[in-house]
Amino acid sequence: MCGLSASRGRGLTPARKNRLRAVANPLMSVAEPLPMPALPNYARSPVDRALADRAFDAQDNSPAWLEALRADGRRRDDAIADLHELLLRAARFEIGRRRAALSFVRGEELDDLAVQAADDALVAVLAKLDDYRGASRFTTWAYKFALLEAGVRLRRRAWQGREVVLEPERWPVFADPQQTAQRTAEDADLLRELQRAVLHDLTPHQRDVFVALALNEVPIDVLAERLDTTRGALYKTLHDARTKLRRELAAAGYLDEDVR
Amino acid sequence: MSELGRKKLEALLGPTGPQVTCEECFEHLDEYVELELRGADADERVPGMRAHLDGCPACADEHQGLRALLER
Repeated sequence: MCGLSASRGRGLTPARKNRLRAVANPLMSVAEPLPMPALPNYARSPVDRALADRAFDAQDNSPAWLEALRADGRRRDDAIADLHELLLRAARFEIGRRRAALSFVRGEELDDLAVQAADDALVAVLAKLDDYRGASRFTTWAYKFALLEAGVRLRRRAWQGREVVLEPERWPVFADPQQTAQRTAEDADLLRELQRAVLHDLTPHQRDVFVALALNEVPIDVLAERLDTTRGALYKTLHDARTKLRRELAAAGYLDEDVR
Repeated sequence: MSELGRKKLEALLGPTGPQVTCEECFEHLDEYVELELRGADADERVPGMRAHLDGCPACADEHQGLRALLER
């Protein structure tokens, strides 16, 4: 991607970044690091530093961002470089926020994921710049692209090498040990009716999607990748399956009005 | 139905009522989160968003992430 390669190739030094912010680019205030007493700054990973940076400007610089990104030449290149930096900070923050679920992944690999997410988010933001309508700050609008890209990569990385099973691996146990024998029997009946409805009332595709997403808790992006479809299409199928199951359980008298 | 069974059933069957799609959720996510953080009635301004976030863990992840990022 030309703009990104160009911005990387310039090798932004800290001094250059400060000059960009102070002179050529009024778009970003210099972030004030939050105190992180556990480690000195040089010892922190990029993900930790992103967690410690403030994300938000005090004032809304959306018009300046748009103007600079739509300008020509060096002004636009500088704005793109700063936008990439902003997106990278957001991606690193998101990966840091969810790092506990990926404790088995090396820090270097996590930072590679953040850079990939920021790269793709930058492409998306620039391609959709005319879709920005000002419903939020430009930076908030841009952040969501970085979070989306980071989130998808994290979920896929967490499931890398794992088989996606489209058969029920386990049915939820509704029984509560504290409840009465009558309630236990009611719950068992409900579970049987749910199993019957899943097996007999859903289409094969609805059943596969419901079982994978709702029962086996496969992340939707992972399933979308394996089935070569989109998150939106899968969620629509899941929604239709849930609606059908709810209708069947209600018809059989198993749902309270407010669950229905 | 026991309370535990009821909660598990609700989780499986997802939220009731109209909800936005994943694409619409992403389109409005930035506006929705800023409204929330301002204390405005985000659910009134973006109907169906809350129900979608309750039913779609991936979109809910992104909502939580954007909130956390802006709240620092």
